[in-house]
Amino acid sequence: MNPVNYLYLAALLFTIGATGVLIRRNAIVVFMCIELMLNACNLAFVAFSRMHGNLDGQIIAFFTMVVAAAEVVVGLAIIVSLFRSRHSASVDDASLMKL
Amino acid sequence: MENLIALLVAAPLLGAAVLLCGGRRLDAVGHLIGTALASVSFVIGAILFADMLGKDAEHRAMAQHLFSWIPVEGFQADVAFQLDQLSMTFVLLITGVGSLIHLYSIGYMEHDERRRRFFGYLNLFLAAMLLLVLADNYLLLYVGWEGVGLASYLLIGFWQHKPSAATAAKKAFLVNRVGDMGLSIAIMLMFTTFGTFAFGPVLEATGETGEGKLTAIALMLLLAACGKSAQVPLQSWLGDAMEGPTPVSALIHAATMVTAGVYLIVRSADIFNAAPDAQLVTTVVGAVTLLFGAIVGCAKDDIKKALAGSTMSQIGYMILAAGLGPIGYVFAIMHLVTHGFFKAGLFLGAGSVMHGMNDEVDMRKYGGLRKYMPVTFVTFGLGYLAIIGFPGLSGFFSKDKIIEAAFAKGGTEGWILGSVALLGAAITAYYMTRVMLMTFFGEKRWQPDENGHEPHPHESPRSMTIPMIVLAFGSVFAGGFFSIGDRFVHWLEPVTEHAHGHPPVSATTVTLATMVVLVIGVALAYVQYGRRPVPVVAPRGSVLTRAARRDLLQDDFNHVVLVRGGEHLTRSLVYVDHTLVDGVVNGTAASMGGLSGRLRKLQNGYARSYAVSMFGGAAILIAATLLMRAV
Repeated sequence: MNPVNYLYLAALLFTIGATGVLIRRNAIVVFMCIELMLNACNLAFVAFSRMHGNLDGQIIAFFTMVVAAAEVVVGLAIIVSLFRSRHSASVDDASLMKL
Repeated sequence: MENLIALLVAAPLLGAAVLLCGGRRLDAVGHLIGTALASVSFVIGAILFADMLGKDAEHRAMAQHLFSWIPVEGFQADVAFQLDQLSMTFVLLITGVGSLIHLYSIGYMEHDERRRRFFGYLNLFLAAMLLLVLADNYLLLYVGWEGVGLASYLLIGFWQHKPSAATAAKKAFLVNRVGDMGLSIAIMLMFTTFGTFAFGPVLEATGETGEGKLTAIALMLLLAACGKSAQVPLQSWLGDAMEGPTPVSALIHAATMVTAGVYLIVRSADIFNAAPDAQLVTTVVGAVTLLFGAIVGCAKDDIKKALAGSTMSQIGYMILAAGLGPIGYVFAIMHLVTHGFFKAGLFLGAGSVMHGMNDEVDMRKYGGLRKYMPVTFVTFGLGYLAIIGFPGLSGFFSKDKIIEAAFAKGGTEGWILGSVALLGAAITAYYMTRVMLMTFFGEKRWQPDENGHEPHPHESPRSMTIPMIVLAFGSVFAGGFFSIGDRFVHWLEPVTEHAHGHPPVSATTVTLATMVVLVIGVALAYVQYGRRPVPVVAPRGSVLTRAARRDLLQDDFNHVVLVRGGEHLTRSLVYVDHTLVDGVVNGTAASMGGLSGRLRKLQNGYARSYAVSMFGGAAILIAATLLMRAV
């Protein structure tokens, strides 16, 4: 199979993730879309690794997974405490950080 | 002998220090200490004079180096004295007239509780004035120049409880500052041009310097002279300076300090000789002032202010003579000395009249005083004859020579200057006769004041009349003594040089013309003030009279041009500052504020809008990168 197709898939997934971040209000969904974008990048890295015949891309993918795992821990904790205090998971409701 | 020079200055300086720091315990003897130290200075001056007469004309100059004041590489300021014939003349005049006036003040200030302080200031003045004429460089001269300015300020405002005296003192000080600025600029110019400001090197180097620079220096020196000597356009302070006690008017504002300008010009003769344009300006200033002062003197009813106008006018003669160059320097100084005698005498006479008339100064309230004050009348009369140039008296010799020298200037200028000087002589005769007639002749015009006290005119005490008698002797004989065998010319010639002027008309004609205008002036005054009674209330008078009573509108002129002009200038500057400078600053601040007000709307707190800008930014960056790569 042509590895370029993996890149097309990665681009498609990234676009879906980005669109989700921009248009969805639910914090959980936004969070999942971010994960989607990260995984799209991972896919692209792995595909490039295969295309260029070295392991750099795969190593980066591992790094990304570790960072993503850490991010999930912190991010979900924030979302949970936000929901507890405001009884809503909408990102638009949490708009106090403005002048 | 040289070592005595410093003592000349030190004696009155010691007096000033002792009297001003000594406190009340010296009140009883303060006036005696002051007078004694002034006389000590005069005696030392006389000893030095006798010593000087014993030497050849060429070797008479003496010098004393006291100490190095500011020794920096390339800038040497020394406290060093120089005593030549010119300085000697001034030393004798200052200490001589000064001692007499100290003596006079003992009687005049008898009832003043601050008499000790008065004598302290007088001694301070003597010390500063002697420093001025003895200095051997312009910087030390400047110290003396400022010192006499300070003493003048303190003495004009001596009766500081009178607001008019305090204001007059301030006015004199401020106007003098303008002149002082001229002197300091002149000294700076000298330093940049010659690298020194000692008289000897500066005056020797004038031959190798461009005329433009010398003209600038000379004009600055002239500005200084105008300030100190009350010449147009810096004349306005002298009339008000009469607020000071009368001995001060006699010593400082008639006989000595106001002639410092003439000294400065004559001392800087080499600079002026090499700058004909500056000389022309000097003669014009002198000619204008001699008419200005004389016209003001004609209209004043205040006896001291009439004499102040006369002082201004007579110094105008001296400045005119000094501007004529080597044909006039000697006569400027000679008139200065004779004027020192008769004008000091006249002021002391005026003081004596005021002393007997409860300090009344309005001549319209005098009249017929010759019966009550015979000594004052005779001494004042001799001074009067001397100043109008009555043949044989001092003023006749000195003023006649100046008029002659003015004609000798040559060309149209000579005729104009000569005619102005002649006209001035006529006006002098007029206003002095007016003063004389209003004060000593006619019927008595004084009235009881509001408390019912009628003045009882009486002759002044001995300590006041003796100086007047001595000065009257000087007024009568000094001119003749100086002129016999051209004594004064030979005396000063080694210092100032002298050239015989050749007037277009003969000297006899000039003398005759002077006599004619003298008679006209006296006759006019007699017709106006001698034959009819003098009205107690001043008549309205012509436009010129009214203007002259207001000092020919000098204060109005200064007010309109300088005060108003200054106000307008500052106001327009404030306006420019408010609109332009503040406008730029405030406008920048306001536009920055407005811009950031708009920019902060971007901070709306919505995470998704931040995400859009992040995506947008990233898209732009990627697009830019790709574009750069494509190019």
